[in-house]
Amino acid sequence: MSQHAVQPTPASPTPPGGHLLELRDLHIEFRTGEGVAEVINGVSYHLDPGETLAVLGESGSGKSVTAQAIMGILDSPPAHVTSGQIRYQGRDLLTLPEEQRRQVRGKEIAMIFQDALSALNPVFPVGWQIGETLRQRLGMSRSDARRRSVELMDLVQIPAAANRLGDYPHQFSGGMRQRVMIAMALAMEPKVLIADEPTTALDVTVQAQIMDLLADLQRNLDMAMILITHDLGVVADVADRIAVMYAGRIVEHADVRSLYRAPAHPYTKGLLESIPRLDQRSGKLTTIPGLPPNLMDIPGGCPFHPRCRYVQQVCLDVVPHDLVLGDGRTSACHFAQEVRDDRAR
Amino acid sequence: MFRFIVRRLLQMVVAFFGTTLIVYALMFAGQGDPIQALAGERPVTAAQRAYLTEKYHLDATGVGGFFYRYFDYISNLLRGDLGESLTGRSIGEILAAAWPVTIKLALIAIAVAVVFGVTAGVLAGIRRASIFDNATLLLTLLVLGIPTIVLAPLAQYFLGVKWQLFPATSGADPDFYALLLPGIVLGSLSLATALRLTRTSVAENLRADYVRTARSKGLPRRRVVSVHVLRNSLIPVITFLGVELGNLMSGAIITEGVFNIPGVGFNLFRGIRTEDGPLVVGIVSVLVVVYLVSNLVVDVLYAVLDPRIRYE
Amino acid sequence: MSDFETVAASEDQAARRGPSGEPGTPNRVGQPRKPRSLAGDAWRDLRRKPIFWISLVLVLVVTGMAVAPGLFTGNDPTDCVLSRQHAAPSGGALFGYDFQGCDTYARAVYGARASLLVGALSALLTGVIALVVGMLSGYFGGWVDAVLSRVIDIVLGIPLLLAAIVLLKRVSTDSATVRLGSVIFVLAVLGWTTAARVVRSSVITAREQDYVAAARMLGAGNGRIMWRHILPNALAPAIVVLTIALGSFIAAEATLSFLGIGLREPTISWGIDINNGRVHMRESATPLVVPSTFLALTVLAFIMLGDAIRDAFDPKLR
Repeated sequence: MSQHAVQPTPASPTPPGGHLLELRDLHIEFRTGEGVAEVINGVSYHLDPGETLAVLGESGSGKSVTAQAIMGILDSPPAHVTSGQIRYQGRDLLTLPEEQRRQVRGKEIAMIFQDALSALNPVFPVGWQIGETLRQRLGMSRSDARRRSVELMDLVQIPAAANRLGDYPHQFSGGMRQRVMIAMALAMEPKVLIADEPTTALDVTVQAQIMDLLADLQRNLDMAMILITHDLGVVADVADRIAVMYAGRIVEHADVRSLYRAPAHPYTKGLLESIPRLDQRSGKLTTIPGLPPNLMDIPGGCPFHPRCRYVQQVCLDVVPHDLVLGDGRTSACHFAQEVRDDRAR
Repeated sequence: MFRFIVRRLLQMVVAFFGTTLIVYALMFAGQGDPIQALAGERPVTAAQRAYLTEKYHLDATGVGGFFYRYFDYISNLLRGDLGESLTGRSIGEILAAAWPVTIKLALIAIAVAVVFGVTAGVLAGIRRASIFDNATLLLTLLVLGIPTIVLAPLAQYFLGVKWQLFPATSGADPDFYALLLPGIVLGSLSLATALRLTRTSVAENLRADYVRTARSKGLPRRRVVSVHVLRNSLIPVITFLGVELGNLMSGAIITEGVFNIPGVGFNLFRGIRTEDGPLVVGIVSVLVVVYLVSNLVVDVLYAVLDPRIRYE
Repeated sequence: MSDFETVAASEDQAARRGPSGEPGTPNRVGQPRKPRSLAGDAWRDLRRKPIFWISLVLVLVVTGMAVAPGLFTGNDPTDCVLSRQHAAPSGGALFGYDFQGCDTYARAVYGARASLLVGALSALLTGVIALVVGMLSGYFGGWVDAVLSRVIDIVLGIPLLLAAIVLLKRVSTDSATVRLGSVIFVLAVLGWTTAARVVRSSVITAREQDYVAAARMLGAGNGRIMWRHILPNALAPAIVVLTIALGSFIAAEATLSFLGIGLREPTISWGIDINNGRVHMRESATPLVVPSTFLALTVLAFIMLGDAIRDAFDPKLR
């Protein structure tokens, strides 16, 4: 099955001390009574200090599973990491004993989730939930934790923070709840923040506010951020690099500018064409035909071939390797060059 | 919170009048001879007839008379005057002697349910689909399926009479040991239900999103389960146990009857057997009130435990 | 009965999936899988469960006893001779004789009839009430639903045993038929609420389905839609609940008879015999143990049967 060559991630040269966070050829399966689903099939990406990587993909492409694997909070069963490495500051997190792994969570790498209403515990006040991390992990006293919680809530711009410590999650609006979630993630000043669809559950106007807040915090606190989203529009302003996922693989990996200018994978191209553009009035909105594959039965060859308009016989037979395109770009397409240079829309 | 309690109180008052009216109407309305209805098939002496006529104002007639008698009954009930049984004893005094025993028994039963049911339920919920989980599920199904009229006499026979591990019956003033077996029998049903409820609740909450959040904060698994999951899972369980305590106080008729425990249920059991109408009406009325109050307490408890209800 | 459930359930499933169905899930190992349906899955699941078979056999045996007790014992349960009081087993009396000198086993066999009659008829009556209330409430919604839901809440809040005591105390006749009817009526009047809630929620689910909207657009009247489209969906879950309820009704009948306010002599009921056996347990335990075992096994059989079917049809609970 695994015909991938393990390659170093090429988007930027490895710095002397190694990357801050690096995934190497990660494979994850979900084993259920129905069969085995190969959810992640050799994902590699990396993150350097202070940068923002956007991981883009449809639901079911494996972007959230990868993030949960980094955090070490996958539910097992059904999830099993079958091979690969997740290296953080040079250590492979997957081989760490659970107790050391736990120390990394929240303190080194923190995560915020999509739906803050269900991600926050409904029966504890938000102040308590933010403070819990401080008390349990940093050994702060109750009053110190309280003071620090107010600071954190101020930091994420929750008005009258001190008065709202005792309120419960359901008493906040959607945007404010997401801010609480962010404050909680920032409690231990993590070096990496994983934001899993942080704005999907919110109104459009609130979405922009939260994205701005995240971008500001990332800059001011000098965190590295992995932004997981299915919305290409969201990432353009915020991300430095983009990794596009499809069927548990990274199909294209590039800096934001080049990717928007000239996508080198038919899937990315399809995604870009499906967002409305103001500068092209006449252009018809196109959609990608078909559905993402069933992960228990991923098509042979290139997993995207049944939906691809560039499909050739070779796509049915051979799994494409990551093609290095220069500018630090890769694309898992046999015809990456052609796709990139095909500007016809 | 205050408004919530007031609203529930008002609802309870309405329910109180509704239920007592139904009880009263069912006992007395449309009977050829209400006195004979109270006495069942027993012969009624002239003195009893006179007492009952006066007690229940049976000389007033028609719908007006019915409501007159109903409000009379209610005001007596509220004043705690439940009248006399056919044997001439004050029902109030009978109940005063019976309540402590019944409460003791109910507390033992609830303790059994909490100690074994909730603990096993949490374990089964955490280790779902394990051998322990499947075994407890099967056992609780057995307990839930066996009626009390089978469980109580058989427990009494085997554990009390044959193997003599426990006293077979309790005397007039039962101690803790004498109440233990009946308490376990009474509590076994609550235990089984509490166990299943806890198991489902824990298993559901373990899959909740906030558990993932708690883990991503780097909290140890022990804390995630014992603080985050349990605090949520126990809301329905505690509510159930509250309702159950109310049920047990009124529902110990069989168990108290079988084990001869001189509690409220036993007196009701005897009242039914001896066809003592006034005793049955009196006890049932009081039990209805107990039931309503315990439901109110449970509602308030629920609001205390679940902030989503409290700030509705 | 089980055929009928299967049919109702598969229709239910078809409705949920919509006309196109789901693409078959190909198997990695390479052997083609048959198209799966909920009813098929449920049956596969049930077939492997020993509890299902045990309870089914028990239910059939008890039903046999109720219909033709003569097949199970040659003795007459009312042939009681005091000289045989607590006598040892002899001549077909497998478990000896009770305090009255009656054949303990024969009485237990003949006791099945009253139990099952009360259980089945209460469940039937309950089913009718629950279907009517649940369908009206779920289908029409609005104030009908509001009123009926309140009624359900109130009836659900009444402690069953206390209410049954109050109601049955009014029945002072000794006529066996009237007492039987009263017990059935009281149990049904107090016990229909759970089933009504189940029916209501499945009706609400069915009401939202596309094919119901389609039927309505084609001009089908409320009556026809309810009868042809909604009822079949509500039946399968209702039957599962009623199977469990049947078990509880049998237990409730025995309890009321045990207390002396349900069935009475000369009707043969396990509840009466358990109470009689209990009084004399120190002299001989078999007259207590035998009807107790019969009652417990019967109630268990129905509850376990319902539980097994419900589990099989509700994968969420697994």
